[in-house]
Amino acid sequence: MKEIINLPVKNVEEEEYHINMGPQHPSTHGVLRLVVSLQGEIVKNLKPHCGYIHRGIEKMCEKDTYPQIIHLTDRMDYLSAHINNHAVCLLVENALEVEVPERVKYIRTIVDELNRIASHQLWWCSFGMDLGGLTCYFYGLRDREKILDIFEESFGSRLLHSYYIPGGLMMDIHPNFQQRVKDFIKYFRKKIKDYDKILSGNIIMHERTRGVGVLSKEDAISYGVTGPSGRASGFSCDVRKHHPYGVYEKADFKEILGTAGDTLTRYNMRMLEMRESMKIIEQLIDNIPAGDHAAKMKAVIKLPAGEYYQRVEAARGELGVYVVSDGNKSPYRMKFRSPNFSNLSALDHMSRGCKIADLVAIGGSLDYVIPDIDR
Amino acid sequence: MDNAALKERILGLVPDAEFLENKQFLTFVIPPAKMHDLALKLKFETDLAFDYLFCLSGVDMVNYLEVVYHLESTTQKHQLVLKVRTADRENGSVDTVCDIWRTAELHEREVYDLLGVKFNNHPDLRRFFLEEGWIGHPLRKDYVDEVNIVEF
Repeated sequence: MKEIINLPVKNVEEEEYHINMGPQHPSTHGVLRLVVSLQGEIVKNLKPHCGYIHRGIEKMCEKDTYPQIIHLTDRMDYLSAHINNHAVCLLVENALEVEVPERVKYIRTIVDELNRIASHQLWWCSFGMDLGGLTCYFYGLRDREKILDIFEESFGSRLLHSYYIPGGLMMDIHPNFQQRVKDFIKYFRKKIKDYDKILSGNIIMHERTRGVGVLSKEDAISYGVTGPSGRASGFSCDVRKHHPYGVYEKADFKEILGTAGDTLTRYNMRMLEMRESMKIIEQLIDNIPAGDHAAKMKAVIKLPAGEYYQRVEAARGELGVYVVSDGNKSPYRMKFRSPNFSNLSALDHMSRGCKIADLVAIGGSLDYVIPDIDR
Repeated sequence: MDNAALKERILGLVPDAEFLENKQFLTFVIPPAKMHDLALKLKFETDLAFDYLFCLSGVDMVNYLEVVYHLESTTQKHQLVLKVRTADRENGSVDTVCDIWRTAELHEREVYDLLGVKFNNHPDLRRFFLEEGWIGHPLRKDYVDEVNIVEF
């Protein structure tokens, strides 16, 4: 009879071990490293390691003038570049008490919302791909291309526009702009139904996201999780509603709020938000008043000594800009409160007890952009 | 609560808080030793209810290092800015608030990394962006880096 040899194999279920997810992991959408402690397949905790793309934007700002700083803000959250520009422009305008023309406010609001749709489209592609649905990627990018084409025609570039300047806009919109935006809305209203057919009602997607990575309302507020991710937990944090800027007050739109706070709700928030954005654009696009595309500003912009804070609703949450000025043409200290930075801080809390495959889904639903975390 | 009532309330809690003129927010400088106690009261007393720390920044004011807390109440809708100052540039420390507002954990690590303010009782105070062993804190005004910072 053969003798059975028992090899001294440890039970891996009982042993805790650490793996590195990233910095070159496709699901982290950039150079983020997560050190994950696992027991079997269950996440015990995780520690984010950042700084792989830290460029020292805040330090660079201390040497730059305000119009120059606009170009740096594009490079933080490059998917909501216009909205980042908007934050700095508003801060300078409010500090100098400059009244910008109505036309500028309308155009900025429309372009911000287009930017938000483009950003959510890219999120939708990559979220689908994270969960294994490669088709989403092609659908999403195909439609995002339409928005980028409009941007290219009007502002001259597709990703990093730097279209807003303190006091107004770099140039007026292209004569085709309004018609093309209207065509796009008509087109996308049809196409977003396809998005729902492919992914929103997909049973595999539901199984992988329902009840996964739950974040309660109290935790969302405590961790400072804002944007669609925070609203999925019921945290009413839409800056467009609570501290309006641009012409959001004139537009009729809803702040989308969820209750469950799981990955599926975060998904639904963004799908509904794209529809709300289209609604805002539709209300404003025909009513852009005639006028100048920029207010008169001094050649050298100097903010009076003091402190200024400006918040805007970027595609991923609340972007804050904090400036300490000593009266010079460059800020004494400039701090960006980036939405992704705070959202990332909740990732550890949300993913504890989940499977490692769920971590990919949770990360996808938080929609982080790494250059915005690192700055 | 409106700003005048809030001002009275804060001065009632910390009589030696210094009030600063600021157009946008109600601003106070709080002695470092009293910050943690005040933070607890700000969050948990129902008429204050500052549950949302929306920004935490560090500033090097040359004579002292400053940590700035931007607070908001999601229920009472009022806002407040607190500042804590430390004159000791080498070993200056402030009590952590990350047990009260969880978002502070990463923000405080960032301030420690870039400005060198230490936070007492922080669970994991390490550099956040720069590697371990980096010399100096880049956002300080006296930071010198001849290779990476080009003066024009």
